Amino acid sequence: MFRRFSIMLTGLYAVMRYCAWRHPAYRAQLAQCDLIAQIRIVDEDSGRWYEIKAGRVRSRAGIHPKPDVTLSYETAEVATRLLTPPIDWQEQINSAKNFRLKVDGPDELVYRFTQLMFATRGAGWRFGAEAGDGVRRYTSMTNAGPCFVYVKDGKILRITPIDFDQDDAPPWTIEARGRRFTPPRKTTLAVHGLAWKSIVYSPDRLLYPMRRVDFDPHGERHPENRGKSGYVRVSWDEALDLVASEIRRVKTDHGPGAILYNYPSHHSWGNVGYWTSALLRFFNAVGHTRVNHNPDSWEGWYWGAEHHWGNSMRLGTAEPYGTVGDLLKEAELVVFWSSDPESTSGIYAGYEGTLRRTWLKELGIPTVHIEPYLNATAAFLGGKWLAPRPGTDTALALAIAHVWITEGLYDKRFIADRTVGFEAWKRYVTGADDGIPKTPEWQQSETGVAAREVRALAREWGGKRTYLAAGGWGNGLGGACRGPTGVQWARAMACLVAMQGLGRPGVNFGNLQWGTPIDTTFYFSGYGEGGFSGDLAATASSISLYQRMPHLPSMNPTLQVLPRTNLPEAIIEGRTEGYQRDARSIEGQFVPIRYPAPGHSRVRLFYRYGGSNLGTMPESQRYVKMYQSPNLEFVVNQSIWFEGEAKYADIILPACTSFERWDVSEWCNSGGFALHSQMQLNHRVVVMQHKCIEPLGESKSDYRIFLELAHRLGLGMYYSEGMTELDWVQRMFEASDLPRRMSWKKFLQKGYYVVPAPPERLRAPVAYRWFNEGRKKDLPEPSPLPSEYKNRYLEGLQTPSGKFEFECMTLKRYAPDDPERPPVLKYSRSRESVESERAARFPLQLITPHPRFSFHTESDGKDSFLNDIEDHRVLVNGSYYWVLRLNPVDAAARGIRERSLVRVFNELGAVICAAHLTHCVRPGVVHGYESSARYEPLADSERPTDVGGALNLITPKKSQIARASAMGNSNCLVEVEPWAGHAAAASAHETVETHSA
Amino acid sequence: MKKWNLVFDAALCTGCQNCVLAVKDEYVGNDFPGYSAEMPRHGHKWVDIRQRERGRFPAVDIAYLFHACQHCDDAPCIKAARDGAITKRKDGIVIIDPVKAKGQRQLLNACPYGAIHWNETLSLPQHWNFDAHLIDAGWAAPRPVQSCPTGALRALKVEDEEMRRIAQTEGLAPLDPAAAHGTRVHYRNLFRYNRVFVAGAVVGNDAGREACVPRAQVQLSRGSEAIGSTLSDAFGDFRFDALAPASGSYRVEVTADGYRAQVLDFELADSLWLGEIRLNRQESGEENQR
Repeated sequence: MFRRFSIMLTGLYAVMRYCAWRHPAYRAQLAQCDLIAQIRIVDEDSGRWYEIKAGRVRSRAGIHPKPDVTLSYETAEVATRLLTPPIDWQEQINSAKNFRLKVDGPDELVYRFTQLMFATRGAGWRFGAEAGDGVRRYTSMTNAGPCFVYVKDGKILRITPIDFDQDDAPPWTIEARGRRFTPPRKTTLAVHGLAWKSIVYSPDRLLYPMRRVDFDPHGERHPENRGKSGYVRVSWDEALDLVASEIRRVKTDHGPGAILYNYPSHHSWGNVGYWTSALLRFFNAVGHTRVNHNPDSWEGWYWGAEHHWGNSMRLGTAEPYGTVGDLLKEAELVVFWSSDPESTSGIYAGYEGTLRRTWLKELGIPTVHIEPYLNATAAFLGGKWLAPRPGTDTALALAIAHVWITEGLYDKRFIADRTVGFEAWKRYVTGADDGIPKTPEWQQSETGVAAREVRALAREWGGKRTYLAAGGWGNGLGGACRGPTGVQWARAMACLVAMQGLGRPGVNFGNLQWGTPIDTTFYFSGYGEGGFSGDLAATASSISLYQRMPHLPSMNPTLQVLPRTNLPEAIIEGRTEGYQRDARSIEGQFVPIRYPAPGHSRVRLFYRYGGSNLGTMPESQRYVKMYQSPNLEFVVNQSIWFEGEAKYADIILPACTSFERWDVSEWCNSGGFALHSQMQLNHRVVVMQHKCIEPLGESKSDYRIFLELAHRLGLGMYYSEGMTELDWVQRMFEASDLPRRMSWKKFLQKGYYVVPAPPERLRAPVAYRWFNEGRKKDLPEPSPLPSEYKNRYLEGLQTPSGKFEFECMTLKRYAPDDPERPPVLKYSRSRESVESERAARFPLQLITPHPRFSFHTESDGKDSFLNDIEDHRVLVNGSYYWVLRLNPVDAAARGIRERSLVRVFNELGAVICAAHLTHCVRPGVVHGYESSARYEPLADSERPTDVGGALNLITPKKSQIARASAMGNSNCLVEVEPWAGHAAAASAHETVETHSA
Repeated sequence: MKKWNLVFDAALCTGCQNCVLAVKDEYVGNDFPGYSAEMPRHGHKWVDIRQRERGRFPAVDIAYLFHACQHCDDAPCIKAARDGAITKRKDGIVIIDPVKAKGQRQLLNACPYGAIHWNETLSLPQHWNFDAHLIDAGWAAPRPVQSCPTGALRALKVEDEEMRRIAQTEGLAPLDPAAAHGTRVHYRNLFRYNRVFVAGAVVGNDAGREACVPRAQVQLSRGSEAIGSTLSDAFGDFRFDALAPASGSYRVEVTADGYRAQVLDFELADSLWLGEIRLNRQESGEENQR
């Protein structure tokens, strides 16, 4: 055994020398620092040492008297096992966890030597393809879809979607009504993906760390000046030393809970670099107050619809399997209700669904679109448009139910066999309860939609096999579910489809966005599985990834939690209460969370990852006050661009984009969040995210930033396991099913793999068909959890009765008299209604849906190409203004002309926009997307006035209902008037230069 | 000789702007010697998607138009260019030489489609050259076609004879038929963008309540000429499209079972929403004349 051990060590030396000779990159790595490393066993004085000096390595058998770094294996047998390739990660991790392998020495030097060992594996790896003329073609993945990245002379030349080659798997075909539907052999890229080159090379890129000029960690900190003061450039060492020392200080001075990180809902793509991975592992190792994120784009489904049918793991949205095939084969009508997939793109699904929706025309399937605004999807498909006033949709839905009841246009068999509580709800709908029959005539004064049209719709819908597309996904997402009456609306959607016999052929949720017949069993991890974080509690790692990719676990032991919706209040006031998002059960949402937790410190150190709160969260002025609160002793911002909340930090750490680091991912695969989201795609595609270019300036990958911070806390080896990002990429590759289909070396070069579509017999069955027919659940999703079934496992829904409940038992048990969320669905007028008292001053209703062209704040502002799309921003007097759409009648009444600047305002403040007059907005409604990346308040106004376009400045923060922490701000009351002011000179985009002293 | 053509179908365009951004991505920051100099970061849209809104609430629609160099066979810009600064390739592509064309401001007005853009920094007229550098490198299609998610844009390299046949079969038309420049961009369903519609909603009553009238027969005529005939849908809505703007006086006649016929005369300027056309119930014993 000794002999083998010593051969291994000698062999390592030989390999290191070979790599140094053969590969310049390895030589450069050797030159990074000098150290002496000892590899030895513990039960005997046996081993070999390696001296790295001036870029060269020399080595000798034996024990060195003064090594910098020591790797100790318990015995020669252990050492040989662990050092013999190929690496068995399960063995490595077990040995580390059981102290059979130990490391000694300064964290950073141990990491460097471990890396010199690992780097010998990858020194010869080749990436990408030659594209002629000195150009190399790489691959990457974005929120817009996968892409080829062409690089020349270290610069990105172009970014394109991927056209498959003849070796890639052919697509699926669906046969419907005598036709065959087959998608093309390529990927689609949403428009913001095509803007990536312009934001990689944006003048707003953060290129070096900065410190606020009037922040002195040893003297006056001046929190009140956050957002006002300028910045001075500092070195990485100074910045990270300060952050690390502040982490140590607040933990010592204040105790657990003092540190909070605030992450965004999304991230640039990649499993290793995602916040669920690199950031989570770091902050678990440090300990933090957790921010519980409200289900922002699913509010009404989670807090509302879920009580009718369960599905808590999908946040109360509908099952999505098999619906593309079923719709094409069986549906006679599709009703799009607050559904705009052409704008929302299924979040990550490019424009995959767009082509499929053109098949509706080919099949002659008519559509109806219910939305206060003729959205992009409605304009494209050209179906009947009904425009209810924002927040009144539920009244329209109840009227439809009324027609169905009085004319017998519903599935009585389904109601009798598969549901409970219908009679209780029917009494409300017919008016037997309250004397008010919810007729089409009744709803007309609430919604503004003619009674006759509602009656006609109800008859069409009830007389045909109809798919309901509720929200952008078709089975949820965005739109009306985030308004003040979103809970009512989502409940109404569930109840309507239940009345029609949810799950029978041609009756389901969908708009051809979700439910393609792609493979649902091939495994590749999604970001919700936590990457390498090892967090079994807060990610979906325990389901598959933790077993398949052995790695060290991490956990945050701090019990203090606060609701994201109240983050500013928690900081400013030092306390808050709310309700949590917990997808494991229906009842989880009833349990309040209170901050601070007993015995825990309030938050003192605020680590903001990104900067999008100001454009995306309601009443965003609260965040300004939050940052300026003396309760926050230290604020760090880690961002790619100098925008949004980056301007409110004490220390700014510049991160690089996903094109400047290694990663790996699958398109539209969010893992534990929204399982099988890839069913929005025409093809499943796994992509190697090549490091296409070097990080700009001094920016670093998030992983590297956390690693270097971890070093300063002695946590580097634990955090990284000695890996680089590329090493983690390889481990993630090995953890998937991909090695069975394509070798690592081939994957590195080609950059992508198209997962073949399964034969028809292996396609997932149709959603809810099992339930409709009274069978066991046969869908490939591991939810609800076993304990959530009330009868036998896989029989029935997650509800107490196992059936669809028109009268929700969960609500009846918990709060039967809650007027905001009664056990049966009822209509109650929105507090942002035109009938309210405030409407006298603010008579228009602003709707703020998800943006069409940018991906939230990503790709907006920062001199992105997107700004030149006039439907996104309009250039007026040298600044790009956000677009506010008004009906010409409302505009004329206010003296507002096309492209003129306007002030849209209410009590909360004002935003300056460029007006676009259009009949696509019903009278009384104004439309502006949310998610501006720019927040630029004018200095000289008494109420906050933003010229950047952050409409969420004036949307209300109040929860939809008191017993929830539910955003309800996607529509609200405003007034609009012409604006003759001028934006400040630096408002177009502020560059870093103007902020360094 | 096979030549390049572009086909744009307005009915398949969602207005996503991918084609616009793909061209910006290709040319901003990139020189392609012999083909093109870089595009300025802002202000130039060599490929543009223009939007037209027709009608008024609630009868509104939106159409998009692909706008770029039409690669005319008989290009006015070639005639206006000095020193052979613009050439027509054998494969049909028109190219403005990024060196020879320098300073030739007169070319801006030479293009009847406004598809030439002035680069102030380089003193150079520029246009979309069909991504000729990519075509010559073997790409199957130019960037706008590659990025289009629905196939609204297609690139065809075929003989002119074949293209004429395709245009016939698919109902393709040039952007401006009267102009006869031999344009190589062919448009489908262009009526969505440059013609107008007339729409209305037929309203009746049923059991004392207002009701939509489906399957009402609606006839459109101009003078003695019958223009079209349709049935109202489940919502009582009807529409006649592809009419010429400002084309004079029209009549709509609505007949439905159980109702008295209704006639509406109107002048057609732009797309028109006739509003609710209310029908009165027949007295018992009355019948509509056929």
